[in-house]
Amino acid sequence: MADRAFKITPVIGAGAGAVLLLLALILGPLGALLWRAEGPAALGVGDWAAVRFTVLQATLSASLSVALAVPVARALARRQFVGRTALITLLGAPFILPVMVAVMGLLAVFGRGGIISAMLEWVGLPAVHIYGLHGVVLAHVFFNLPLATRLILQGWLMIPSERFRLAASLGIAGRDVGRILERPMLRDVLPGAFMVVFLICLTSFAVALALGGGPKATTVELAIYQAFRFDFDLGRAALLAMVQFGMGAVAAMVMLWIAVPTLMGAGLDRAVERQDAPAAWWDGILLAAMTLFLVTPLLMIIVDGMPNLFSLPASVYLAAGRSLGVALMSTGIAVVLALNIALMVVRLKRGAVLVESIGYLVLSASPLVIGAGLFIVLFPWVDPVALALPITALVNALMSLPFALRTLVPALRDIEASYGRLADSLQMTGWVRMRLVLWPRLRRPLGFSAGLAAALSMGDLGVIALFSDPDSATLPLQMYRLMSAYRMDQAAGAAVLLLGLSLALFWIFDRGGRTDADA
Amino acid sequence: MKYPLLAAGFCAIASSAIAEIPELTVYTYDSFVSDWGPGPAIEAAFEKTCGCDLKFVGAGDGAALLARIRLEGAHTKADVVLGLDTNLTQTARDTGLFAPHGVSADLDLPTAWGDDLFLPYDWGYFAFVYKRDALAHVPTSFTELAVSDLKVVIQDPRSSTPGLGLLMWVKAAYGDDAPAIWEGLSDNIVTVTKGWSEAYGMFLEGEADMVLSYTTSPAYHLIAEQDAGKAAAPFSEGHYLQIEVAGKIATTDQPELADAFLNFMVSEAFQAIIPTTNWMYPAATPAGGLPDGFETLITPDTSLMVDSGKAAGVREEALQEWLTALSK
Repeated sequence: MADRAFKITPVIGAGAGAVLLLLALILGPLGALLWRAEGPAALGVGDWAAVRFTVLQATLSASLSVALAVPVARALARRQFVGRTALITLLGAPFILPVMVAVMGLLAVFGRGGIISAMLEWVGLPAVHIYGLHGVVLAHVFFNLPLATRLILQGWLMIPSERFRLAASLGIAGRDVGRILERPMLRDVLPGAFMVVFLICLTSFAVALALGGGPKATTVELAIYQAFRFDFDLGRAALLAMVQFGMGAVAAMVMLWIAVPTLMGAGLDRAVERQDAPAAWWDGILLAAMTLFLVTPLLMIIVDGMPNLFSLPASVYLAAGRSLGVALMSTGIAVVLALNIALMVVRLKRGAVLVESIGYLVLSASPLVIGAGLFIVLFPWVDPVALALPITALVNALMSLPFALRTLVPALRDIEASYGRLADSLQMTGWVRMRLVLWPRLRRPLGFSAGLAAALSMGDLGVIALFSDPDSATLPLQMYRLMSAYRMDQAAGAAVLLLGLSLALFWIFDRGGRTDADA
Repeated sequence: MKYPLLAAGFCAIASSAIAEIPELTVYTYDSFVSDWGPGPAIEAAFEKTCGCDLKFVGAGDGAALLARIRLEGAHTKADVVLGLDTNLTQTARDTGLFAPHGVSADLDLPTAWGDDLFLPYDWGYFAFVYKRDALAHVPTSFTELAVSDLKVVIQDPRSSTPGLGLLMWVKAAYGDDAPAIWEGLSDNIVTVTKGWSEAYGMFLEGEADMVLSYTTSPAYHLIAEQDAGKAAAPFSEGHYLQIEVAGKIATTDQPELADAFLNFMVSEAFQAIIPTTNWMYPAATPAGGLPDGFETLITPDTSLMVDSGKAAGVREEALQEWLTALSK
């Protein structure tokens, strides 16, 4: 054993370095804000109302997203049909859309002038009223149901197909398959999926505000925004950021306490062919409903922007090129960091705790606080504006780490558990082990992680807004500039460009990971 | 991270080595510097005469701009800050970062101007904009809007300059009765957005009958899109005035260029660019007058404004009233 421990030291070292970098970039800015703050800060009554609303909407959004995602993921896992791959790719779309684009798409369907209201009016019923807590939850489910579905689907695909075959040959069917094979997997996967969605909703603020219908829909992130920009109260901004971390920490601890990691055992990486699945119509209806829910707003965005897609000002296409560069750089950083951390994590006894902690830390971090803090740290040394693009790539990479780790770590752990001893006994180490044992089985999760990182980075407005420079605008920023210059039509065209590029990036990476799999 | 940092460092050294002509850095809000804003044309016009390199740096909107300057403090690279408004000037003054502009110009503002630190470059009135063919009866006051069943979309005063403008507008018009007005308006307000673009976009998509914007907004549709279908509703209480200003940073290493820029700012060349790029009224009307189409805009009889010295205090009180009234 001592021999093995000696060999893995570099792995632990690289992983620890990646974790340290992450901590520095998340907690450093917070410290910088506290250091620059003038005088002590306190929370007011309004802040507590914001905390209450934030927790309420995030809990509702996450519960609903995850509850709906389970049957949808199951349907996807046990059905093979034409367009399944396309549908799975499409599942990435809402999550990577810039917030305002998605909200506009949703309004075109659920808004006062939207399709549903028009249909209701046609049969003599009053229009739907989307604004309020239900609107916020609807939007968050739109964003996160696909993500939750993808995360849970990964869990289903982790159950080796041999298990299902064995179950079928033993005459286990229907409910019993659920009890013996699926429920343990769900118990392992669901808490994590819930936490990710909860944390994403925690820091959401433009959606909550736009669809919340009034100042009641104030989230903590809005309070941070206000404290920083309006009152320039850095202490209060930092304090609120810590409140946000606190909410995330509580959620993370509850989830760790509930989750019980399972080990599925090895299979031969065959596609799942289920003989036990019940009547297909139920899965068909489910998938059709979800597709309709996700695709209609997207279609509205495309219909709206298509006429202007090819007549955009040159600066928009230049910005698109810049965004592609940032996205690729960000993907590279994300993959290297995630792989190093994941390789370390699977060798740690309490690795799961580390993964969850990183997830919670990153997702409950306030982008505004990171941006402002980095600015304070960098400003005395370099021109933050000159570094706007590299910083954006780096911060975006960090933001996609929780998703990457969530897909990579279980995959790696399974590989090590199933093939690790064999590989050890064959003295496979280093690159050989990576190429022969890990790589073929990691391709799929790695491709998915890279695709998500690329697409997320493409659509992110994040820290660049604070350091923006007329000559280094990214596509989302350029789209907002079009909007603030009254050019909503062209902004809609830019949104379609953004949507197309994000999806293309996601598809290419995800596809690359699946070439030899079941696609 | 190390290499991009180093690379950026070398680039910075390289670019300062070849920069023989002096550089003037002007911080402003984002939409000013975009291709569709006044920035590019103004840069070209000023560089023709100044023998310098004018560099605009965009930083979010007006409030973010001030936060950025305060973040950078006295070491800021900015020589001039352009894009604060009268609701922010007192806070900006209190930072002690600004120096007197020293410019005496003939300005065409609806109010007298005597600020020694900040110099106006354009102005406008807040107003509710609507589509002519969609409204049978256009409300003529806040009270009429409150009793109507029209839907409006506004911006959050905690994150948006027009949103804050509306808050001050109601406060300036109604004083202690402002909370009652907000309570009356609460069922008309469809939603509150983070910024102007979101609200205006939602209005154009038909989510609301009216949107909080500027009296000059219809000019954009008329001049740029040949669409005469949008109009601003004149309110009998008067309209709140927004004056956008610029100021010189006290620690600038280019004081002469900064002065030259501020003088240029109130000159014909700069002012003529403003109406059809920033869609506001120029602070000094150009000799050729306003562009065709501006004569169709409403011109309020009463302009309301909270004295900039009192703005911060009024804002705090009005914000609490607003939150209370709309959270019921």
